[in-house]
Amino acid sequence: MLRPERFAQLVPPSDSVIARGQGRSYGDAALNSEGDVILSERINRFISFDEATGLLRAEAGATLADVLAVFVPRGWFLPVTPGTKYCSLGGCLAADVHGKNHHHNGTLSAHVREIELVLADGSRERCSPDSNTSLFWATMGGMGLTGIITEIAFQLIPITSARIAVQHCKARNLETALDLLADIDHDDQYTVAWIDCLSSGEHLGRSVLITGHHATPDELGSVHGDRLLIRQRRQLGLPVDFPAWVLNFHTVRAFNHVYYARQGSRSQFVTDYDSFFYPLDAISNWNRMYGKPGFVQYQFVLPTDGAKEGMRVALELLAASKKPSFLAVLKRFGSEGSGYLSFPMNGYTLALDIPLSRELPQLLDRLDEIVLHCGGRVYLAKDARLKRGVFETMYPRFADWMRVRDRVDPNKRFSSDLSRRLGM
Amino acid sequence: MSVVPIQPILILGATSAIARSTAASLAAQGHALYLAARDTDELRRIAADLEIRFGIPVKHGAFDATDIETHHQFLQHVVADIGDISGVVVAIGYLGDQQVAQLDGAETQAIIARNFTGVVSILMESANYFEAQGSGFIIGITSVAGDRGRQSNYTYGASKGALSLYLQGLRNRLANSGVRVITVKPGFVDTAMTYGKEGTALVASPGSVGNRIARAIHGRSDVVYIPWFWRYIMLVIRNIPEFVFKRLKL
Repeated sequence: MLRPERFAQLVPPSDSVIARGQGRSYGDAALNSEGDVILSERINRFISFDEATGLLRAEAGATLADVLAVFVPRGWFLPVTPGTKYCSLGGCLAADVHGKNHHHNGTLSAHVREIELVLADGSRERCSPDSNTSLFWATMGGMGLTGIITEIAFQLIPITSARIAVQHCKARNLETALDLLADIDHDDQYTVAWIDCLSSGEHLGRSVLITGHHATPDELGSVHGDRLLIRQRRQLGLPVDFPAWVLNFHTVRAFNHVYYARQGSRSQFVTDYDSFFYPLDAISNWNRMYGKPGFVQYQFVLPTDGAKEGMRVALELLAASKKPSFLAVLKRFGSEGSGYLSFPMNGYTLALDIPLSRELPQLLDRLDEIVLHCGGRVYLAKDARLKRGVFETMYPRFADWMRVRDRVDPNKRFSSDLSRRLGM
Repeated sequence: MSVVPIQPILILGATSAIARSTAASLAAQGHALYLAARDTDELRRIAADLEIRFGIPVKHGAFDATDIETHHQFLQHVVADIGDISGVVVAIGYLGDQQVAQLDGAETQAIIARNFTGVVSILMESANYFEAQGSGFIIGITSVAGDRGRQSNYTYGASKGALSLYLQGLRNRLANSGVRVITVKPGFVDTAMTYGKEGTALVASPGSVGNRIARAIHGRSDVVYIPWFWRYIMLVIRNIPEFVFKRLKL
């Protein structure tokens, strides 16, 4: 594992290398057991910022947390953010991350103006949505396999406060939840649903719809002091792995009951952006609550046509398996972006994290089948077990991606455990 | 965002991880900065980053510790560019390879020139500048490796130990001139110098070291070990009798 401290050293050191930002992919995207891993974490400088337009140019190792800490107090926010801020900009683009506003604003790559890449031959190349476009769109969601992203110019969005005006709303079952997610009267800039994957029968897929937008000054009421500052949270840590039985069917079901009843009946309130976007970041190593065996993340999207039926089948399977997904999030996606391997497509997505068990691989294989049947796909940034043929069917633009890859890196110098597993 | 900058500080060897975090801590205090090192593209990046993050002016320019003839002019150029400076932080350092240095005189000379003779040259210029000004501070980053010679890195250790002695003498000379001289002795720090190397323990983050260095300006210590416990570790190591020490594999 290499960790350069100078920009010029962020180049491929050998014939097999993958760049790694903060290692926040859940699977094997940033692992390379047959070669080198090059860490970008020290290559994290801001290069320029246009106060008038909000265009930020930064090195790929800078984290979303870095961006927020510096720019929120000046009235700017990320155009798109995933559920953790402890990931690098380079990693976010390699996975072409989405956020709670995908249905309005697309993935992060939609807000990128230009990137710089180091290619397999060591040359530096700039690409953007306007020039060198095939390389650009092969890199957005390209899992680091087209080169090392070194610099990124992207657009921040203006905000007038660091707080989010939030509204919760109960959805008594899956059908209601899916309808609410598509209902413009209930929609907001950020819209997701927390979903109870253990309830069944008439309550199958009961959810709490969570919507929000950057609060305006008059929504804040009596906030004292600077509206763009929030109190910094003290990050807690779990000192030990929880015993594996802590998150079981019964405890998670009990939690879900309480959450649905309490959070579902909160109507309107204002919270800070950390609590709204990054609840899990409050605990530095929250993964420990799954105990030593750990957990598997699984996120899929189903196209709008047939999504209701597909989601119902998937949830029935999950509820019947009694495998507790402690955190499950349902969301409606907007249109598919231009990244050849970008995950989101018009439809509904469900993100699960399920404690690892002996029966889990089978369960996930069956979920794969449902996803395939519906014409959906699984998110590579969270995947550790998808099979080659399944992947190729799920990502129909893979052949286009491969053409670009063959042009810029015919010898697969950039490779990872994920790329070998999926035959990329 | 912009703050009213205070008292420019010159940082030499500014591309190292310790220098970068020291610069960030000083910038957070509101100091304007002048960054100097050989790699000017890297300097440009660090300077831009500090300007954006902290809203203070950061200038930069090329500086080579071993190019001694240029040092007098360099300091004049810095002052012309950014105004009178209130302090200098010397973070130049080169670990080199002890195994190579044992066989190759060029490596030995490079280690000594980059850690000691080159640094002494710019320290001399800085000392005279601050003495004439009647105020200011000089921070020299040496190393705990300079506290006792050991087989694994004694060329580096000797050059850093010599630098500590030079700073001690400078401190004595300038004690009544209103100029502070601070010797900083880091232990293992999580930088390229130690990354992936065996035998490192109690490794400190560059951020915590930079923070401590920036605080030293406002403190009263003459010699600062970072983290603090190295003072006691080195006290023990210095007091091991030589007839025992010489047989240790250190």
